[in-house]
Formats: sequence, C-alpha cells, structure tokens
Amino acid sequence: MRETGRVIVAPLPLTSTVAEMLSQLALFADLSPSQVEAVALAFGEQAFAEGQRVLRQNLSGSGVFVILEGEVIVVLYGEEIARLGRGEFFGEISALSGEAPNADVVAATFLRCLAVPAPELERFLLDHPTVLLRMLKVEVQRLRLAELTQQ
Amino acid sequence: MSERPFPPGDHDVVVVGSGPGGLQTSYWLRRLGIRHIVLSADDGPGGMFRTLPVYQRLLSWTKPDAPVERGTREYELYDHNSLIAVEPEIRATAVEFMDRSFDLPSRSEMEQALAAFAGRAGLEVRYGCRWAGTRREDDRWVLETTDGDYRCRAVVLAVGMAEPWRPALPGIEAVPHYVDTGQPSDYADRRVFIVGKQNSAFEIAQALLPWARQLVLAAPGRLQSDLSALSPLRVRYLQPYDEFVRGGYGTFILDAAIERIERRANGYRAVTRDTDSQESFVFEADEVLATTGFQTPLGDLPALGLATKASGRLPVLTPFWESVSLPGIFFAGTVTQAERGLEKHGAYASSTGVSGYRYNARILAEHLAKRLLGVEIARPSLPTEDAVPYLLEEASHGPELWIQKGYLARVLAVDPATGVRDEGILPLTYFVDDGPAEGVALTVEHGAAGTIRPVLYVRRQGAVTEHELPPHPLHDYSGEEHRREAADRLSPLLPAQVVP
Repeated sequence: MRETGRVIVAPLPLTSTVAEMLSQLALFADLSPSQVEAVALAFGEQAFAEGQRVLRQNLSGSGVFVILEGEVIVVLYGEEIARLGRGEFFGEISALSGEAPNADVVAATFLRCLAVPAPELERFLLDHPTVLLRMLKVEVQRLRLAELTQQ
Repeated sequence: MSERPFPPGDHDVVVVGSGPGGLQTSYWLRRLGIRHIVLSADDGPGGMFRTLPVYQRLLSWTKPDAPVERGTREYELYDHNSLIAVEPEIRATAVEFMDRSFDLPSRSEMEQALAAFAGRAGLEVRYGCRWAGTRREDDRWVLETTDGDYRCRAVVLAVGMAEPWRPALPGIEAVPHYVDTGQPSDYADRRVFIVGKQNSAFEIAQALLPWARQLVLAAPGRLQSDLSALSPLRVRYLQPYDEFVRGGYGTFILDAAIERIERRANGYRAVTRDTDSQESFVFEADEVLATTGFQTPLGDLPALGLATKASGRLPVLTPFWESVSLPGIFFAGTVTQAERGLEKHGAYASSTGVSGYRYNARILAEHLAKRLLGVEIARPSLPTEDAVPYLLEEASHGPELWIQKGYLARVLAVDPATGVRDEGILPLTYFVDDGPAEGVALTVEHGAAGTIRPVLYVRRQGAVTEHELPPHPLHDYSGEEHRREAADRLSPLLPAQVVP
C-alpha cells in the first residue's frame, strides 16, 4: 500500500480496465459495478507521457480529470504548488466556473485519467449524487487546508 | 513475384499498411522526396475498405456537386472520403466511382477510389509482405517480415484498427463479432441480441429491421450523447432508435451492463442489469452479435514497452503521433485518433476517419522529413498586413480547420528580424505547448454552447493567450468586425499591423 494525498490505494496491474481502476477509488465507492462500467464507457481513459500538460493555464474548455494511475503536479508560474496522485481529481473549479484554469497541471509520471468534459460534468454529477457528495467533501478539505496555509 | 518492389534492406522510413492512412503518408513522403518503402500484408490497396463495413455503405459523405468547384482545396470540405493531393488529376477520386444512390460512397466505390489514387500517384507497395516481429538494433528499428528483415530509422504503422475486440465479459468469446455477421436474410424470424450501441451496432440493426423478429441492443452508458448532431449515426442508422422511442415494435435499445452470455441448446441467454434501476433483465435470443469495437494490431510492440490505453487497444502518442515510450515508432491513419488533442468543451477530433487523418498524414510526413533527415520545408513569408486577412480567409474556408475542429491549426510564426512566416497546418497541442516563441495559431472550434467560431491563440515569449472571435451565421469571417477584432488581438505580436 502507498499513500497519495489522502487516498490510500493498492498497486494495480497495468492491464486493468478503466472500470476496474475506477471501482477501487473512494470517489466511486458507492456505485454498483454496472454503474462504474457505464461511467468508464461514457468517458473513457486519457493517457499522458511524463512532462505533458493535462490542464493549461488560460486555456478554456477542459474538464475534470480523475487520476487512475500516476501523479501530476500543479504548476503556477513555473513553481510546483501541489502534487496529486491516484484517486484524486483536478479541473473541477474551471469546469464548474466556466473560466480557464489559473495554473498548469503537468503529468509527473506516466499518467492515466478518467476525463469528464466540462459540458458533461453537471449531468454526470446529478446522475451520481454520491460522487458529488464525495467531491464536495474533498473540496471542503482543500478549503480548510488553504485557510490553514494562509494563517 | 520477381517484380515486387522493396526487397529487405536498410531504409530511412518504412510504412506498414496500404489502406488510406498508409497511401496518404506515402504520397506526402514522396512529395517531400523522403526515401521510404511501403509494406502490406494485403494483395492490393484499400485496407479495411477491401472488406468493411459489413453492409457495404460508408458513414462519411462525398457531395459530388457542391457549392465550390470539384477538385479544389475548398472542395475537400464536401468530400470526406478522397485522399488529398497537389495534382488535380488525383484529387477527389471518391467522386468518380459513385453511382449517386447515396451521398455516402459504398465500400467498393471507396476501394476503387483508393486504388485509383495509388495508381495515378505512382505509389509503390510491396504487397503480400507481413510484419511479424520487431526489434531494436543500435539506433535502428528492425521489422521482421515474411520476406525478411527491414532496418530503418522510423516506422510508420498505418495498420488500421480492424482487429476485432471483445470486452472481458463471461461468454462473449463464443459470440460472433461484427466482422462475422452474415447476410441480413440469415436472421429472418430470429431474435437477435446485439452487444454494443456504437455505429457498428446500429449498422447491423438497421439492416436487420426487415428480417429479425426482435432486436435488442444493449450496452452500459447512455445513448443520448451518441445521438448528438456530431454523431455519424445520424447520417444513416437512426431508424432502430426511432422505432424504439416510438414504442418498441420489437426493437429495444437498453442502457444496461451485460453480466454474462450463456450458450443454450437452441440459442443464447443474455443476462443484463439496467444502468439506472439496477434491475436485472434476461433475454432469450436465437443469435447474439458482439459489436464491441476494434483494436489496433500492435504485434509485439507492447512487449517491447509500447505504452497503450483503452485496455491495450490504442497506443499512447505525442502530438505528432509518435509512441510516447518507443521513439521512432509512428502511427498514421485511424490510429491517430489515439492522440486526442485538447478536446475543448468535449469536442472530438475527426482523426478516426479519412477526412481527418488525411491531414494528419501530411503533417506527419513533414515532421519526419524535418526530424529524421533535417529537410527544411520551405515556408512562405507573408507581408505583415496580410496576416489578418489570410487567417480569416482560412477560418472561413480552410478544410483542415473545419474538418479537424479544435485539433489542427493554421500557424504563423513571427520573428522581429524576418517578419511573418506561414508554418502551415499543425496540431494545436504542439502550438500551445512547444510552438514558436512568438506566433499565432488559428482554429475553428465548437464553443461551450456548441456554436462554431474561430479561435486565435497568441503566443508571446512562450505564454499563450486564447481569444474567441464572434460566430457568424454563414461562417464568413472576412467582414470588418472580425478583421478589426483579429487585428486588435494580434497587435501585441504585429505592431505594424494596419487596422482597416
């Protein structure tokens, strides 16, 4: 077992399907296997080489990415400000506000993500309220952390 | 057989495949004077169009008569099936063979068009030569084939995506795949259960409507998103869906996961679970068909470290369609769909089809020429005052930008010493991440609300800003409003810009 951020995960073989990978993540823990399969089929998988940008500062129209394998760094004006790993997600602020991201998110390793395009996010969250609730709890934690950092 | 070209040996570039992707790549490499060879396991040109689609009709249009003259660059907007070329006599070949019963060519018309292109362009292919293995020797790739070893600096795999793929689902392995579907009359008075809800599922369902007793299409996930205006299904295969929405008539389209398929004495039993209600439905069927899609035949490359995605069905690629893990292994044709670009607002590129990947092939050939052989492609310079009208003309009529929306861009590099240079059509991802230090890229894109409009990307000292231009009901961006706004957006780059 290794810990990435707040989510504890077990290593997975590379051959796992997206549905298998999703079913191991806390975010999707309340979904049935067929619901997980539907999510995997609807949105599919994006993969990125190390060093590739996933979210781009000032470019609109991206989406929410849930990390299935690998890690990303959040880069603001050339400086790493955060690191995210398996089971964590990013892009939700920009996708919900409709504004372009204010930082780059770069693959720190070979990276696999589930990608939900912004126009489909609202429908996806309303269809899966337990995912919405779990995302909300993570946002609350992130806000708390930001407040603490400011203090 | 003694006249077959390209015996085993050393080469700069080896292209594998003689479908549209391989032929288009070879055409552009040849135009650029790049020494290369083409190998194909088939007996003639055409690739998947030698056999597929099963029911012989394409889903992509070619309008024989269009608002613009046939064979011009702009005509490519109306002809999504012909390979592209410089010479007029090999442009728009798809039109020549169409009997006009549809504005979508048949399989055989497409095959003839590809053969005509290969013949007139003088493309040479070593047919009947199968890629069987791969190894690395020093800085060279070696392709082991049924005719011997080919050493090269770069491989371009244009091997299509027509290898049947089935998901890991109990019982599916014993079910015929889409490619093994029989004649529609074989399904007369049968209950047919189709696993899948993509194009091929609907193609089969449409053809079986006059024959089958009952049709059930099932896959998890919602169908609605597949039926958007951007879906090729709309073109021809919506009738089964229509009948379902009207109340059944023996046709059912379900959002359900298939848990297993059991073989019975007189047919099959399909056990499904509804995606929303979680209710279980069990179907007795006389026939089951797996329209579960395709994969790229990657041979031994995954074992050599080729990074893949989508359960190993596609390679992971750079913006120039090179493997991210095996440098020197490139892909052309429909496999270029693996590199998805920015997908802004969830809009997909058109790299699955000939209409999109014919442009990817030209970019790939130029990229190979430059990277492997140091061949500098002559790029025309542009008077500064022409930059805005030129970009807006491209936004109004450029086929690459219109077909590969939000994926391919017209790129101008700006140099304080030498002025404005037209870098041609390039992937947008390349421009925003690694483009010229100072420059502008123009795309045509679907906006957040689905409205089509041009977008300018201005790159200064490596930082990119994005500027959406207003939409126009007739997609004519040459008017004063657009010229003024574009000039304004470009003014930091082009200070000498004359604003009209």
